[in-house]
Amino acid sequence: MGATNQQILVEFRDVSYTVPAVSAPIISHLNLTVRNGETLVLLGESGCGKTTTLKLVNRLLLPTTGTVLVEGQSTVEWDAIRLRRRTGYVIQEGGLFPHFTVEQNIALVPRLEKWDEARTRERVSQLLSLVGLGSNEFAGRYPAELSGGQRQRVGVARALAAEPPLLLLDEPFGALDPLTRASLQREFLDLAKRLGKTAIFVTHDVREALLLGSRIGLMAAGRLLLLETPENFLKSKEPHAQAYLETLQLVRQA
Amino acid sequence: MSFPQFLQQNGSELLTLLRQHLVLVFVSTLVAVVIGIPTGILLTRNKAWRSPVLGLANIMQTIPSLALFGFLIPLPFIGGIGARTAIVALVVYALLPIIRNTVTGIVGVDPNVREAAVAMGMTSSQILWQVEIPLAMSVILTGVRVATVISVGVTTIAAAVGAGGLGVYIFRGLRQYDNNLLLAGAVPAALMALVADFSLGLLEKHFSVEARSRKQKTNRRLRNLILVAAGLLIATGGYFIWHGSRARTQAPAGAQRVTIGSKDFTESVLLAEIVAQLLEARGIVVERQFELGGNLSHEALLSGRIDLYPEYTGTAYTAILHHPPITDPHAVYDQVRTQYAEKFKVETSQPLGFDNTFAILVRGAEARRLHLKTISDAVPHARSWRAGFGQDFMSRADGYPGFVKAYGLQFADQPREMDLSLTYIALSSGKVDLIAGNSTEGRIAALDLFQLEDDRHYFPPYEAIYFARQDTLARVPAVKEVLAKLAGTISTAEMRRLNYEVDGNKRGQSEVVREWLHAKGLYAQGQGCPCHQAVITKVIPRTKLEKSFSI
Repeated sequence: MGATNQQILVEFRDVSYTVPAVSAPIISHLNLTVRNGETLVLLGESGCGKTTTLKLVNRLLLPTTGTVLVEGQSTVEWDAIRLRRRTGYVIQEGGLFPHFTVEQNIALVPRLEKWDEARTRERVSQLLSLVGLGSNEFAGRYPAELSGGQRQRVGVARALAAEPPLLLLDEPFGALDPLTRASLQREFLDLAKRLGKTAIFVTHDVREALLLGSRIGLMAAGRLLLLETPENFLKSKEPHAQAYLETLQLVRQA
Repeated sequence: MSFPQFLQQNGSELLTLLRQHLVLVFVSTLVAVVIGIPTGILLTRNKAWRSPVLGLANIMQTIPSLALFGFLIPLPFIGGIGARTAIVALVVYALLPIIRNTVTGIVGVDPNVREAAVAMGMTSSQILWQVEIPLAMSVILTGVRVATVISVGVTTIAAAVGAGGLGVYIFRGLRQYDNNLLLAGAVPAALMALVADFSLGLLEKHFSVEARSRKQKTNRRLRNLILVAAGLLIATGGYFIWHGSRARTQAPAGAQRVTIGSKDFTESVLLAEIVAQLLEARGIVVERQFELGGNLSHEALLSGRIDLYPEYTGTAYTAILHHPPITDPHAVYDQVRTQYAEKFKVETSQPLGFDNTFAILVRGAEARRLHLKTISDAVPHARSWRAGFGQDFMSRADGYPGFVKAYGLQFADQPREMDLSLTYIALSSGKVDLIAGNSTEGRIAALDLFQLEDDRHYFPPYEAIYFARQDTLARVPAVKEVLAKLAGTISTAEMRRLNYEVDGNKRGQSEVVREWLHAKGLYAQGQGCPCHQAVITKVIPRTKLEKSFSI
């Protein structure tokens, strides 16, 4: 493989996704590339197909037509288990296992990958301090004993555990109060820069998109309307983008 | 007899019954868990099968338990009488809650958690074992708890198919109207259900996710304690089963074996016990499959599960051979004898000497006041009377419908259908005014009841006889000798007295029989001293137990 190919981690080639019961396609003729090291934010209202796009990457779904390539290989050809273990996944509320302690949740993939125990433990304590949870205090707790923000941090730590090259985040901060959300966003930004991870981040919050994204993909009704850097997004004349930007101005004026 | 006295005298039998009960519940619940949980898991993977399988399990649970036992008797492999049949029926009842809760528990796992598990790259078996089963565990355990409690209850009915357990006391207590027996059967069964409910409830709470996150540290110790307790329970159950299976090998190798059945009332048990003791005195190993409900003893005789049992000519003639009732005793006996030999390969013994026919009974005081002698005398008064009859009398050809027609009887109400043994009490306490009892019932005199004469000769003869399989008679010649010896030895008055010794004076049936055999000089000279009987009867619980484990 050439150097240019390695620059691209994920590629959507004319991808459509339809469900038999629903007439309108959920994703329609999507073309998209995600470059190594960038944070691509998919912005859109609920039902626009952004979560479906995410699930097409780690083969939770397979495209109806077109191809999704991860590291140059179609997801159809990937072994689903291997692909998913190379892809960190964070969802709202973290999707933590309620019957596992924080430590067990984070160590899940390393243990599935049969890392030796010493390495797993070291990795867990490293991740806990990375996401700002002192390991002594939190490692033995169960998710129900954590606040929403703490659960979300554990969710991120779990997704990072086996050092996957790619992170998928589906509105990870959506259920948090604004102050916690702001602090987690800052920390994520910091983390993304430090670790140089590639991430696809789904949100309906334009501020979050502008803050975190190295590029923003605006989606509506299963189509990609716009794919721009935050600077260019701010200047865009696209009506949907304009509508989002107006909400920002309303806040500023108030 | 006071309850403590009763316990003192019957403690070891009670323990045996308790142990049988525990083993039946334990084995059947274990089998139901082993079948039910995997079935439930498969159903979560296969939606198309889910509702038909759950529906079937639902239907099976609505079958009345005695009826289910009845269906199972004639089936090969799983049927018959004894513990195996009981366990099959108990498993059928226990399956539904276990399957349903396994499905509910797994399907109820938070979809976000399941999606996260898939997205983490867990294989479907990893998801099952590490996520779905642990999260569904407390719901699954609820199913196991419900199944166990149901089993404790249904097991009391297993006594009707000769599987033993506390139901033996409950049935016997009902029959003999003996509160000590009823309490000794019902109280331990209720306690067992409560203990099972409570301890499995603890286990269930322990596995619930909320409890775990609340105080996981202290719980760890409790968990170990519970696991140790569960381990002990399984080990104990295993030991009993092993012990039971060893009991069989301990029986003398060359000894001849005969299995004797009886119906589920005192007289039948006594008649069976008489043959049992006489055979044991001749060195034959006897298995007692007593107190079989309904027509189970007939079914068991035909299928070879028992070798012989006491019966009445009239019952065989009408209820089994389905002839319309006739009143000539010789004709009935001859026809029964010929037809049983031809149809069933079963021999009929000589009559024992007494007739146990239906006795139409009223209160003695009432009979004296109204100068009643015959059933016909009672017809005019019956319009203001209530009648109470056993289920048997209500349903058979020579029972209720023909009886009221023959005498033109009319009662104030539709007759109450109740357990036969309760009708005597119901009559003497004035709850009903006329019943159809048995002419040899020991309590007729004791409760001052009066038997009205069957002046129209409606009731057919019910001479007591034994039925024995032809192949048994060929295999064990002593059976033929013993049966021949018993011909004409028991009068109606004697039978009434023997029945009253057990039902009225609450004496043990084997003791009453031993005494009577001794008094009659029926033990063969030199072939066995009655004083050895005590030793042999001590072995009974074990041979009973052994049967329970020959699964």
